[in-house]
Amino acid sequence: MARRKRTGRGFGTAGPGEKALRYVLLVVVLVLTVGPFVWQLSTSLKGLGEDIYTRTPSFIPADPTLANYGSVADTIPVWSYGRNSLIVAAIVVFGNAVGATFAGYALAKLRFRGRRLALGLFLATLILPGEVTIISQYVTVRGLGLADTLLGVALPGAIGMLNVLLMRTAFLSIPAELDSAALIDGANAWQRLVHIGLPNVRGMLSVVVIFSFIGAWDDFLWPLIVLNDPENYTLTVGLQYLNGTFSANPRLIAAGTMIAFIPIVIVFAVLQRFFFKGVEEGAIKG
Amino acid sequence: MTHQRWFTPWLLVAPAAVWLVVFSLWPSLNTVVLAFTNAKPLGGGRFTGTENFARIADDAQLGDALLNSVIYMVVCVPLLTLLPLLLAVLVQRKLPGISFFRTAFYTPVIASAVVVALIWGWVLEERGLVNGFAQELGVLSGPLPFLTDRWLLLLSAISLTVWKGLGYYMIIYLSALGNVSRELHEAAFMDGAGPVRRFFAVTVPGVRNTMALVTVLISVSALRVFSELYVLSDGTGGPGGQDMSVVMLIQMYSRGFTGHLGYASALSLLLFAVTVGPMLLLLRFNRKAAA
Repeated sequence: MARRKRTGRGFGTAGPGEKALRYVLLVVVLVLTVGPFVWQLSTSLKGLGEDIYTRTPSFIPADPTLANYGSVADTIPVWSYGRNSLIVAAIVVFGNAVGATFAGYALAKLRFRGRRLALGLFLATLILPGEVTIISQYVTVRGLGLADTLLGVALPGAIGMLNVLLMRTAFLSIPAELDSAALIDGANAWQRLVHIGLPNVRGMLSVVVIFSFIGAWDDFLWPLIVLNDPENYTLTVGLQYLNGTFSANPRLIAAGTMIAFIPIVIVFAVLQRFFFKGVEEGAIKG
Repeated sequence: MTHQRWFTPWLLVAPAAVWLVVFSLWPSLNTVVLAFTNAKPLGGGRFTGTENFARIADDAQLGDALLNSVIYMVVCVPLLTLLPLLLAVLVQRKLPGISFFRTAFYTPVIASAVVVALIWGWVLEERGLVNGFAQELGVLSGPLPFLTDRWLLLLSAISLTVWKGLGYYMIIYLSALGNVSRELHEAAFMDGAGPVRRFFAVTVPGVRNTMALVTVLISVSALRVFSELYVLSDGTGGPGGQDMSVVMLIQMYSRGFTGHLGYASALSLLLFAVTVGPMLLLLRFNRKAAA
């Protein structure tokens, strides 16, 4: 962060007029960004008796009810879709937390033959948008006998190359003196990773965990390609499937979207301070 | 490194290396191979030479998809380069409650594109919020077909992408704004420069590199668009399938009896060809930022 010098000459201290203007603008943007979610939440709580098409929209349901959340589960197995999404996200988070940490540590802190080559290959994959290889990815997963399975959905993203590089960057910023001190004390690579490495990369690790979870939970294209049987759908695919059915009622779709949306909001709300701390420390460079 | 067995580093790298080979390097090579075959989702796989590429040349739907991509880029790049910067300036000042606003503005980013597109579909549908409200206010005399007209559907998807991207690029700018010299701002202030003047004379030059980075990021993601168009059009790609993107075509050919993995792979190579330039630029920016 930049130095916080108070000049006492008016710069850097907002006057009441400027403050008021800023809050007005903040609220306008808030309405634009969060308004649609509130509208959807409100629709999901409106009973069958309430007209949801009215021209003067009412954001407060006249007679709030959770009935739509029950009905959506009668139309599609929304809870088991949620469980499927959770299974996929759990595999992806675990794989990235472990796999990317191990590889990132070795690439940053250990010397071995072929390190430069490995690093070059990890970097090279970054120029490849995931969509380019998605077809042959599918062929590979099908070859492994994992087409139409949750494992097939989770596996390719279980160690992200970008995450390996992010963890490497984090480990690189640990001063070498710490490592050599531990070396003199006779610590092996594993002990140094656990006792010196990990405590110093917690910020980046939480960024990797947050985004692995969000990425897996939100993903649509890949599960849409891999999964066939409606039993196996994840939430995103299941919701699109619901949207396409004739019986689709906006209240039910609204309830379904909230079931997919609320968990991610909770996860982010709980972990957001790590994320914004990472931003201020310059962890996120795009 | 006396306390290190020679294989320790390899044990640590091994899982990621396996993933690199199986899910990245091999699929890249295999995409090239598949592009010269007639592989189907349900079998097949004879070499057919350059047949798939000949088909690319006279695929009218692909022509539409590429046109859509160009329009996507032309609209998204200026909007998403400028608006998030203004937002970042707005949330930079540490006012009481500012972290609430930052988090709230980021919400559309963490929501799934499917969730967001379903919400927008409901807002934009014929009897939805926007049409109803606009008619109530007398702006429209009848509902606009936001989701069923070839151009309006594209426009709706673009606005959705812009709306969902605001928070993402806001955070990137926010990170960059921390490095803009406070002294320069102060000096400009002392010289009597107003906020608008300071924005263009100090802020914009200070984040010039980030703006370039953001421009490239937006261009690449405009070429990769999928979920917005898919969900808003209910998987149909709009009237006559004219509102498809290249990725939507790839997905379409990946499945079912009409699927053609060979042709989908050829389309993937085309997608790679149009994104590789911007992606290489990105890599250069990142290396500069890391240095």
